[in-house]
Amino acid sequence: MSLALKELRRQPSRFGVATVILTLIAILLMFLGGLLDGLTAGNTGAIRAQQADLIVFSSTSQDSLVRSRIEPDQEKQVAAVEGVAGIGELGSAQLGGRIEGKGPRDLVPLVLFGYEAASKGLPEPPTRPGEAWADDTLEAEGVERGDVIKVGPARSPVKVIGFVNDTRYSGQSTLWASLDTWRKVQSENRPDARVGPGVSQALIIQASGPDSSGLAQRIDEATGGLTSSLTEDETIQALPGVAAQESVFNQIIALTVLIAIIVVALFFALITVERIGLYGVLKALGAGSGRLFAGVLLQAVIVTLIACAIGAVAALALDAAIPAGSIPFTATGARLLGSTIFLLFAALIGCAFSLRRVLKVDPAQAIGG
Amino acid sequence: MSETETEASRPGESGNGGPNSTPALRMEGVRKVYEVADEKVVALDRADLILGSDEIIALVGPSGSGKTTLCSIAGGILSPTEGRVEVGGQDISDYSSKQLTEFRRDSVGFVFQTVNLIPFLTARENLLVVDEIGSRDRKRAKKRADQLLEELGLSNRAGNLPSQLSGGQKQRVAIGRALMNEPALVLFDEPTSALDTKLGDQMVELIREEMKSRGTAAIIVTHDERITRYADRTVHITDGRLEA
Repeated sequence: MSLALKELRRQPSRFGVATVILTLIAILLMFLGGLLDGLTAGNTGAIRAQQADLIVFSSTSQDSLVRSRIEPDQEKQVAAVEGVAGIGELGSAQLGGRIEGKGPRDLVPLVLFGYEAASKGLPEPPTRPGEAWADDTLEAEGVERGDVIKVGPARSPVKVIGFVNDTRYSGQSTLWASLDTWRKVQSENRPDARVGPGVSQALIIQASGPDSSGLAQRIDEATGGLTSSLTEDETIQALPGVAAQESVFNQIIALTVLIAIIVVALFFALITVERIGLYGVLKALGAGSGRLFAGVLLQAVIVTLIACAIGAVAALALDAAIPAGSIPFTATGARLLGSTIFLLFAALIGCAFSLRRVLKVDPAQAIGG
Repeated sequence: MSETETEASRPGESGNGGPNSTPALRMEGVRKVYEVADEKVVALDRADLILGSDEIIALVGPSGSGKTTLCSIAGGILSPTEGRVEVGGQDISDYSSKQLTEFRRDSVGFVFQTVNLIPFLTARENLLVVDEIGSRDRKRAKKRADQLLEELGLSNRAGNLPSQLSGGQKQRVAIGRALMNEPALVLFDEPTSALDTKLGDQMVELIREEMKSRGTAAIIVTHDERITRYADRTVHITDGRLEA
């Protein structure tokens, strides 16, 4: 095995092309993954920030926030269900925002949320009417603390009192205001979708115990089937475009891993063929096929690890260089590690194609040149 | 000259007096038959050969005479189709591929015609390869390697790569490598074919010295009759058959 290491160290050019191509593939894999993660974060931030055990929608809403309506007496029914430890109303309005310093036609699409339950992702709702926390992607649009954003065709004024992180919804920046502010903005800008006091779009539920699915069933029974209670994951999957986006990206990622397998298979088959003479001599000296193949695997693993290390550095550098809010890209440790594992797996499978060739090397060819 | 003739008429007995009476090689009725496109090709036909524990024989024959096949079988690289092969007392006739691999590692040394040093390893590391694929007694192996390198006059070349060595030096490294595992038998395949007359003579003298000082048996395959001076006995082979 140390023979294999010595060969790597002393004849690096032999592995040069394979390493370069694997590095490019690693970069591609990590960028794709980072893009998917960035897009997903941009879609789901608002939901994840709730840290809800369950989110309750109306059953006719098709699990969509904007189509959902929860009446006050339904809320009372839900609050009475055993296992519900915390309950908070949530409402949203998708409107265009006018920011100071930007032109009259230069609208920023945003979602104004009304909420009451603070969580790890969200501080307590603003106490004064017309105030809101802003997602920090609005900072990239030039918004500063104290600025007033004019929301919607009615230009409802909303004052930014501070910033929160990772709370975007469906790719749009968000404002987080009290429920009263939200209802007022909704009435002013969407009079046909006016929301009365006590009415919300969804309920954020904290459960007292671990059995979320059991609780979901009980809640929907308590409201006589008029609600649909979902976990955070289910809510995210129901968001428009999220599942489809994931599916498309994962297909591309799978294809890339397949390409990696083919690349490793081809390069290491080539390297093995180049070394048949060497293997013949080693076998004549008494090296078993198993040992020789272990050497090949070791070299493939090391080459792959080098490629992944360079890819990870490139991904992290890109993450640091991209200004917030421009390209939806985020390099997470989980993604980089996952990509590395995929590529290692591809390397091992790619090498397997050379196994037969190594096994077939005949030591007799070393004799009688 | 007369000494060699006398010894040649006593095949099978130890050469210059090792106390070990187990023959280094015993082949009885060994046949090797290949099937090539529906035809049977007999590479070796009922070979009988006994080699004393520290005897050196020259195996002489034209190309295609079967000398490589005989060496391959004696060295555990090929299995015979028929017959019995014993090396240093070990019966390897029916060994599996795995067992033969182990046997080669522990009991036999090869010096190939094309030398075949590993190009990215230094002279010393080339000697240590056998230890790396085998017992892994690193300390002992290093000591032995340095000792061999000194005997072969290569101490100051121990850290050189094969590309930095002359043809004769490479050959000597190969001899050192063949001796690393203290084999019962060393097989030399045309050791002088790449060397001029003078160097060739020096090489075979060196081989004889190394073998005799260790009491190791050797088969030197050659088509060069001049080499036979350095062997205890000469065996001729033609068309797969040995002539006494």
